Amino acid sequence: MTDIIIHCAVALFFPPLLLGVIGKTKAAFAGRVGAPYFQPYYDLIKLLRKGSVFSETTTWVFRAGPVVTLSATLIAATLIPLGRHAAPISFSGDLILFAYLFGLARFFTTIAALDTGSSFEGMGAAREVTFSCLAEPTLFFALITLARMSKSLTLSNILTHPTPSIWFASGASMLLLVGALFITLLAENCRIPFDDPNTHLELTMIHEVMVLDHSGPAFGVILYGAALKLFILGAVFVNVALPIATGNAMVDWAIFIIAMLALAIIIGIVESVMARLKLVRIPQLLVGATILAAFAMMLVLR
Amino acid sequence: MNAFADQLLVLVMLINLVMLGTSRLIFSIRAVAVQGVIIGILPGLIHPFSGHLAAITVVMILAKGVIIPYLISDAVRKAQIRREVEPFIGYVPTLLLGAVFTAFSFVFAEKLPLAPEHQDLLFVPASIATLLTGFLILTTRRKAISQVIGYLVMENGIFVFGLLLTEAMPVMVEAGALLDLLVGIFVMGIVINHISREFSSIDTSRLRALKEE
Repeated sequence: MTDIIIHCAVALFFPPLLLGVIGKTKAAFAGRVGAPYFQPYYDLIKLLRKGSVFSETTTWVFRAGPVVTLSATLIAATLIPLGRHAAPISFSGDLILFAYLFGLARFFTTIAALDTGSSFEGMGAAREVTFSCLAEPTLFFALITLARMSKSLTLSNILTHPTPSIWFASGASMLLLVGALFITLLAENCRIPFDDPNTHLELTMIHEVMVLDHSGPAFGVILYGAALKLFILGAVFVNVALPIATGNAMVDWAIFIIAMLALAIIIGIVESVMARLKLVRIPQLLVGATILAAFAMMLVLR
Repeated sequence: MNAFADQLLVLVMLINLVMLGTSRLIFSIRAVAVQGVIIGILPGLIHPFSGHLAAITVVMILAKGVIIPYLISDAVRKAQIRREVEPFIGYVPTLLLGAVFTAFSFVFAEKLPLAPEHQDLLFVPASIATLLTGFLILTTRRKAISQVIGYLVMENGIFVFGLLLTEAMPVMVEAGALLDLLVGIFVMGIVINHISREFSSIDTSRLRALKEE
């Protein structure tokens, strides 16, 4: 019971801190002081208090976009095991639901972008769906590989299955999976090298361009949803990459939180040392990640 | 030790895919050098130590990791080319083809009647995958240098296959194969230099016509 309460509390309140840590890391690399760690929370509170402006060309789809996106992401957050504890909701085959909840969220983000009637946002939507349909197979191959290893179809079993002994036994395929999952994590969350979350240049944006017309609370909901998505995919990555379970519930939670913060720092470092890829190179990297995951699956299947 | 050899073979197969996906010649030369060094280490992991074995390891690492890459990068520098532009088949399709070939080599290796002690190892699929990757590079790239690299990758694949037989293979045969390779690279280096001196490019697909229009 306490685990479920902690699960919900962490999933609800922790995600924006990851954005703060990423921002602070990038600032440290640039030699600046940077915004405080809790800046994303202040931004969210500020946005929630503002009024909204809706264009006359938009319909209910535009208003539903952020709401559906956030609720789909929240449901996905209840399916994922955090810190080696089983998820609050789990049933056989929930990995399919998990993957397609993100699909639903993406569908509503893109259709809300198209609803504004701006060709600029349509361009962002086109990019988003192109890259995500290349990133989705990677996630599936990774989940199938882990499902095969754990002989189970529930996310709670699949993601708590990796242990140090499994890492030693099939280190190669686990390493391939970790690499593929990290690339997917960066691509799905529109981080560098796929998309720069800070940029406002029309030639380079993917996610930012789709949400340009949202304002006030709706934009706050989008920002929070993006942080939550980073948190969920980061949790999947941490579960696979850091197979440590002490048995003590509280220690496991502490390890999980520290690992997530470390992941945020790693993402910050990647963003500081890398440049955005050329748009034509992005599919190449995503196909490469898919091949890594497929290769891992092949090694496990034989 | 076999588990560690398997991880190294996975690395060899990954390098295959990296080489299929990159357009920078210097990068693929370095990749093939790393692949050569890894393959040079492998015999020491699967066979008991002997003078024969030590000689093979040292010669392999020297030839594949140092001398041949040096010769090729020298040719690249003299011909002043940095990238493979417009291969016959693009990078993403060749990458996918490479993945399909790798999968195919796993299936094929299952069907082969191998000695029982070799059945569970990755040697056979890795060698077939490397062989096919070399073949793919050799056939889809235009530049003569890329084709030399493809030839090297192919030779690496053959060597991995030969690893299972190291005990039975006399030194002279191996030395002969390595020498052949070295001479081949040398000749190709000279040819590339001559082509680049005579003509403005070393695109082999333009060598079909006798006269330049």
